[in-house]
Amino acid sequence: MTILSELRTPHAVPTLPDEIVLALRDVRIYDQVNDREIVHGISFELTPGRVVGIVGESGSGKTLTCRAALGILPEHFAISGGSIEITGQEIAGLTPEQWTGLRGSTISAVFQDPASYLNPSIRVGSQIAEVIRVKTGAKRRQARHRALELLAAVHLRNPALVYEQYTFELSGGMLQRVLIAAAIAADPTVLIADEATTALDVTVQAEILDLLADLQERIGLALLVVSHDLAVVAQLCDEVLVMREGEVVEQGPTAEVLHNPKHEYTRMLIAEHEQYGLERYLEAEADRDGGLTRAG
Amino acid sequence: MPADAVLQVTDLDVHYGKGRRRAQALDGVSLEVRRGETVGLIGETGSGKSTLARTILGLVPASAGRVVIDGEEVSGYRQRQWRTLRRRGVVQYVFQDPLRSLDPDVTIADSLIEPLLIRGVARGEALVRVRPLLERVRLDEELLARLPGELSGGQRQRVAVARALVTEPALVILDEPVSALDSANRVEVLEILKELRTSGVALVFISHDLGSVAGVADRVAVMYQGRLVETGTTREVITAPQHVYTRLLIGSAPTLRSGAASRADRDALRAALLTA
Ligand SMILES: Nc1ncnc2c1ncn2[C@@H]1O[C@H](COP(=O)(O)OP(=O)(O)OP(=O)(O)O)[C@@H](O)[C@H]1O
Ligand SMILES: Nc1ncnc2c1ncn2[C@@H]1O[C@H](COP(=O)(O)OP(=O)(O)OP(=O)(O)O)[C@@H](O)[C@H]1O
Ligand SMILES: [Mg+2]
Ligand SMILES: [Mg+2]
Repeated sequence: MTILSELRTPHAVPTLPDEIVLALRDVRIYDQVNDREIVHGISFELTPGRVVGIVGESGSGKTLTCRAALGILPEHFAISGGSIEITGQEIAGLTPEQWTGLRGSTISAVFQDPASYLNPSIRVGSQIAEVIRVKTGAKRRQARHRALELLAAVHLRNPALVYEQYTFELSGGMLQRVLIAAAIAADPTVLIADEATTALDVTVQAEILDLLADLQERIGLALLVVSHDLAVVAQLCDEVLVMREGEVVEQGPTAEVLHNPKHEYTRMLIAEHEQYGLERYLEAEADRDGGLTRAG
Repeated sequence: MPADAVLQVTDLDVHYGKGRRRAQALDGVSLEVRRGETVGLIGETGSGKSTLARTILGLVPASAGRVVIDGEEVSGYRQRQWRTLRRRGVVQYVFQDPLRSLDPDVTIADSLIEPLLIRGVARGEALVRVRPLLERVRLDEELLARLPGELSGGQRQRVAVARALVTEPALVILDEPVSALDSANRVEVLEILKELRTSGVALVFISHDLGSVAGVADRVAVMYQGRLVETGTTREVITAPQHVYTRLLIGSAPTLRSGAASRADRDALRAALLTA
């Protein structure tokens, strides 16, 4: 996809390959209303082009961890321990203005419920163009042009039509792609994708994963991926964290964790995946074909 | 129609909208589901899977074609006849989000017995009848007194399945029943669905999650742009897909070990699909 290489704005500051762009160090998240700690210490580092995945039980604190890194914890929740650094900057003392500067351009996110992040009364294309204008200082026409390129980059069939549409006119899968386009519009250094492809059918999911892989390779986008689908994590992530009840029970290189799991809960997740996975059929077939496997 | 067919859909056309906005959502769809059989319905977003389900339930009118449920031709039914059929509970429906099929202000017990009360069963008798169902969906009796908001997502979805079974339906249509659930709850619900087969109920299982479909379905039907482009046994469709779209679909699903088909292969299939 040629336009992707041109997506990066010329004035964007290049990141060095080993620069730490997002670091969480023993981060704890506290629920002040119910007076309990929800996340009991999570640590990982992202460098350009690196992908870290979080898997685990529902309610284990994956989304709260993402929100903490974006400075958008829900009311009554607070970071009660550890530290978070974005491109070397400790977030604890950031003013709202500084956050506005960071969000979208340095750290960006896509969540599972796209509709709640877009304005229902503004055409979706204008919303993306607005992000581009504010974050990159592009002129109106330039911004529109780039927004259309982005809509094409996320494989929407008719970018010009979608540009003019409102959220209620788009299916869930289309909305999710619009949101991904908006999230990458200002060339973020870090992208957080929290169940971002869960609502998509697998053909569209594959296209989006390809797009993220392109951005990762070509412009060094660093990714934090939350997914309940171990196969997506296996395909995309360098490192994986397994969470259960606010605890990171296992963490390591993806191949190591998924092929040689140490913790009982990780083993259970893998067993559950395999019990209802295509692997059963495809691998049986591959064996029959004399060890022929699908392309990796 | 074979004696054991619970559902027979023949050459079904469905249109949405009127005049200039009229658009075809289903185009000549034919599908048969037998007693005790689970058919997985997969396919592109917007290909018409939910529309097919809604048409079978009489919630969307067909513009052409026949629908026969449990030996009864329902395609020509009027609203009143549909209401009677639904009240009898011959066909039931389970949504992705159990909060949509359960009233938030009604206890689990009352939700479960409601379909029976509508059919004139006395409350005491109804409560006796739902108990064995709880066991079938692995729910504890103590949950009966609670409200839907006091259950986990997985528990709520199991209540929705139990509620669909109360009227001893011939056919249950499940539209993305596990996509909102985490791994453990997903497996739990899928296990329950597999066990249901032995009771003879026919299931139509709609899902984007090919792994779930592969795990529970006997046969798989694939939809693409309003048409049913392929049907076959689950093994046939997954290991030897015929239609270009099915090949793209199966090839796009990541697996734990081998990943999806290569990007070049998928691009080639996509190009073939556009020219087809
Ligand atoms: N806005 C909120 N208000 C109150 N409680 C919340 C809120 N958001 C999350 N929680 C609680 O915090 C805990 C962690 O939630 P979180 O959303 O991080 O889980 P998760 O791992 O993302 O789960 P899932 O896989 O279901 O998305 C849960 O117990 C949840 O109920
Ligand atoms: N109430 C409606 N009015 C007009 N068009 C509709 C309506 N419901 C669905 N459609 C259109 O009909 C087509 C089929 O939609 P349907 O919801 O049946 O697809 P689906 O296969 O269930 O998709 P998904 O996998 O995203 O749930 C789509 O083009 C959709 O936009
Ligand atoms: Mg979450
Ligand atoms: Mg649907």
